[in-house]
Amino acid sequence: MTPLTLTAADTKPRRTAWVPTLVLILGSLYCLIPVAWVVIAASKGHGELFSTFTFAPGTGFLDNLKELSSYRDGIYWEWMVNSLFYAGGGALLSAAVSAAGGYALGRFAFRGREFVFKLMLAGVLVPSIVLTVPQYLLLSKLGLADSYWSMLLPSILSPYGVYLVRIYAAASVPAELLEAARMDGASEWRIFSRIAVPMMMPGLITVFLFQFVGIWNNFLLPYVMLADDTKFPLTLGLYTLLNQGASQPALYTLVIMGCFLAILPLIALFLVIQRFWSLDLLSGSVKA
Amino acid sequence: MTATPLKGSGRTTAGPLADGTATTVRPRRIRRRGRSAPYWFLVPAVLLFAAFTVVPIGYAVWLSLHKVQVKGIGLGKGARQQVWNGIGNYTAVFEDSEFGHSVLRAFGYGLIVIPTMLGLALVFALMLDTPRARSAKFARLAIFLPYAVPGIIAALMWGFLYLPTVSPFYYLLREFHLPQPDLFDGGNLYLSFANIAVWGGTGFNMIVIYTALRSIPQEIYEAARIDGASDLKIALRIKIPIVMPSLVLTFFFSVIATLQVFTEPMALKPLTNGLSSSWSPLMAIYDAAFLRSDIYGASATAVVLALATFALSFTLLRVSDRYTREDRA
Repeated sequence: MTPLTLTAADTKPRRTAWVPTLVLILGSLYCLIPVAWVVIAASKGHGELFSTFTFAPGTGFLDNLKELSSYRDGIYWEWMVNSLFYAGGGALLSAAVSAAGGYALGRFAFRGREFVFKLMLAGVLVPSIVLTVPQYLLLSKLGLADSYWSMLLPSILSPYGVYLVRIYAAASVPAELLEAARMDGASEWRIFSRIAVPMMMPGLITVFLFQFVGIWNNFLLPYVMLADDTKFPLTLGLYTLLNQGASQPALYTLVIMGCFLAILPLIALFLVIQRFWSLDLLSGSVKA
Repeated sequence: MTATPLKGSGRTTAGPLADGTATTVRPRRIRRRGRSAPYWFLVPAVLLFAAFTVVPIGYAVWLSLHKVQVKGIGLGKGARQQVWNGIGNYTAVFEDSEFGHSVLRAFGYGLIVIPTMLGLALVFALMLDTPRARSAKFARLAIFLPYAVPGIIAALMWGFLYLPTVSPFYYLLREFHLPQPDLFDGGNLYLSFANIAVWGGTGFNMIVIYTALRSIPQEIYEAARIDGASDLKIALRIKIPIVMPSLVLTFFFSVIATLQVFTEPMALKPLTNGLSSSWSPLMAIYDAAFLRSDIYGASATAVVLALATFALSFTLLRVSDRYTREDRA
């Protein structure tokens, strides 16, 4: 035994629990195999995809990348930029709206508070298509269908975000502090922006991430709203690419390469961010 | 556009922070100001909620009660008119066997997905919470990873893994001369879709349950261990009952998500011929609204789906009410 083990926590037996370890490893494999497959398949040329063993790396990675980049003058990268714009812009606005709304609901007592809050929460239950189809019809009356706005505007309000910030505000912004600031004559806006927002920051980052992933992964909304494929996000772009590929298997390698590149940003985002942000925050945990 | 209403509440207060001389007169004004502040902060959220939730729902309900009447041969301006149709569209929904089938398919799919996904999520969460498990940190991230993969891309990836010509699983089956099932056929189709949903959803639910597990004070376990309880017994008798509210919550959201299955069947449709364009309720509504251009019938169907979701949600909440007596501030 090394001296390191002589801490208080180590009075318990340190044997490895094999059953949980094995179950967790199997679960990890199940979750990682499709990702690993995409990484390997992305490296295969046209001939190799259907002929070589599926987990043997191919030689066509750079060729696939070039081919995808030049496909219809690089429309794939336009999709990538669109996705970043929709998800980044939408999530930022969503965090701002949730911050203000959640702060009001969590730190003020006023008439109609519970009504507004419950009404918004009930909004979560409405099936997405019930909103998306009339949203499309209404936006097209305003001439906004098939525009960047038609993707951005419906993605801003997140009832879950408002709910999360409400919990956060109630738990992490002390009422005495707000009262003290009011005594000092600070305006409500100043109290909100200088005191409450910094204190709610972990919650706001969570809302941002949650909404970013939600918009990035959304398929139904762009599928209904957009017709012009230069405005497509990645999800819809890859889907149309596969639809064409069904008749031309030559496009399969492009779709696979596209999938590989499409999952990289979010995986990178989570790997980077988990250093200073805990997954547990997603489920509304205030203590983590 | 969303930030401007907020500034309004700031503009009403002219006094700078350091202006200490006026403190004696301030309180009353501050109180009055404070009373309107929460409304200002709520303005963006409420406006967006009205514009993108309330109005669309109202419009859908309005559409669902109307139909188009064609005058003459239907050409020229004013030849097509929206007229009141009462509950006509709704009776059509209940007579439409295709929609009924799509609901049944969604339920069948949910019967596979929900128990599997939540069962796995619970098992993984319990295993993560076992003190002597190795590789827990890695597994937590690995199992959560699919959450970061867009549903449509997950479905595309699995779609390729289901294709006999490129799939490593078929490669193994061929090598060992085992029968090779057609994953796009009949009942297997449900399993194929379910697998994609389970793959994508387990991690998130695992985190929700795991968070609940970690909030349990450790002393309970120590007391149980001193009493001679094994890890398994602690899991079954203490941990699962305590995380019941989280399980109910994840179940609740899984049921709602199941009724709205859209992405997986849409993504696999190009790979197989055996998939109807109204396989799930959402696909049926999309099909009616945009492919058959019947927005009135589609709206009625959507309203029925929404009401069914509400009814189901309230029943579930009622049933689970005794478990979820948490105070939500």
